[in-house]
Amino acid sequence: MSNRYIFIYASVMVIIVALVLSSAAMILRPLQERNMRIEKMQNILASINVTASRGEAEQKFSQYIVETKVINTRGEEIQGDAFEVDLQEENRKAPEDRMLPLFVSEVDGNTYYIVPLRGTGLWGAIWGYLSLDSDLATIVGANFDHASETPGLGAEISESFFQDQFKNKRIFDEAGNFTPVRVVKGGAPAGDPHSVDAISGGTITSNGVSNMLREGLEVYVPYFKNLK
Amino acid sequence: MSENTNKPKKEELFSAKNRKLLSNPMGKDNPITVQVLGICSVLAVTVQLRPSLVMALSVAAVMGVSNVVISLLRNTIPQRIRIIVQLTVIASMVILVDQVLKAFFYDISRQLSVFVGLIITNCIIMGRLEAFALSNKPWPSFLDGVGNAAGYGAVLLTVAFFRELLGSGTLFGYQIVPNFIYDMGYVNNGFMILPPMALITVGIIIWVQRHRNPELVDAS
Repeated sequence: MSNRYIFIYASVMVIIVALVLSSAAMILRPLQERNMRIEKMQNILASINVTASRGEAEQKFSQYIVETKVINTRGEEIQGDAFEVDLQEENRKAPEDRMLPLFVSEVDGNTYYIVPLRGTGLWGAIWGYLSLDSDLATIVGANFDHASETPGLGAEISESFFQDQFKNKRIFDEAGNFTPVRVVKGGAPAGDPHSVDAISGGTITSNGVSNMLREGLEVYVPYFKNLK
Repeated sequence: MSENTNKPKKEELFSAKNRKLLSNPMGKDNPITVQVLGICSVLAVTVQLRPSLVMALSVAAVMGVSNVVISLLRNTIPQRIRIIVQLTVIASMVILVDQVLKAFFYDISRQLSVFVGLIITNCIIMGRLEAFALSNKPWPSFLDGVGNAAGYGAVLLTVAFFRELLGSGTLFGYQIVPNFIYDMGYVNNGFMILPPMALITVGIIIWVQRHRNPELVDAS
């Protein structure tokens, strides 16, 4: 067979494959986006310790999340749809230009503030939601997820034994200074309200969670101080 | 196409030869226990039955369709680029399966995560394209693909059955081990959830199979 035939064969095949795949992607896109929205709602609800199945997520989300806000790093509220803010994009901007989403929820008469977070683990992005009590210092719950951390090691951050450690930890010290929760290798000191145990074999992912908590929460501090 | 006229008559859809294509991979030609291919995904996805079943079905879809496509193209594929052509067909099928899972079975697609993408590297598929589809007609190729996928899936489900039952006390997510047994002090074997136990389970399956079928035992 001639080289000419091989070239034509390869080109035609690639064009056909491209057509098939891109039309499949276009047709399925709306369904996939809806699934991702529902998953985001489930994760937000999980941070205030509300479990919702896929079917209930939308209804429970509108029931528990009473207000959504977008703020800036000077602590002012600005225009925008908190649910649609893409943190990955915001984190690339200079801090003073960022749009920071904040969800306010009400569960059994208590008001909780939910802060979305995004950072980097070992292999890719990690993200999560942290909910704070109405004192804006005590953590009510945390939910983390990841794109491609190592199963059994870094990927354990999405397991409840890791996330439950964050409950009742504090992000401000007695004097009111910002002290984010750190993930400590070798074990957190007993009774320390500002640290949790890291994951054995998942040090870089654990450090990623520490950095994500520090950088992600820091920018909300001016707003929290205004609210208090 | 002159040889076609010499053929006595059209072969039946499920002739003895075609049935063998389906049944051999379940037994003495099993891709996992005899050819020892595709072990990677057996270790990874068999903690529970549900992802194993979806994985088996996904592999069956990819293998069945790509076998047919390659078989239809077999007389046009240039020898020198045949491996790349096979890879392109497999890769497109895998992307399609991945997209469909993301749209309709989102939870399972999250659970399978990278392993759907890794179907591309499942050597069983490439092996069947190269060894069978390139030199056979579409219908036998389809049977061969489905048969091998079934052989792969049977082992996957067997391993997952034991790992989920002994490791989590459930099957398909439903609790099987009754509570009173736990009250008597029984605990789930956490070791079964870890990948090494998949390897040991596959080893036991191979042992049982060779014990029952001596012709598989290596004479050396």
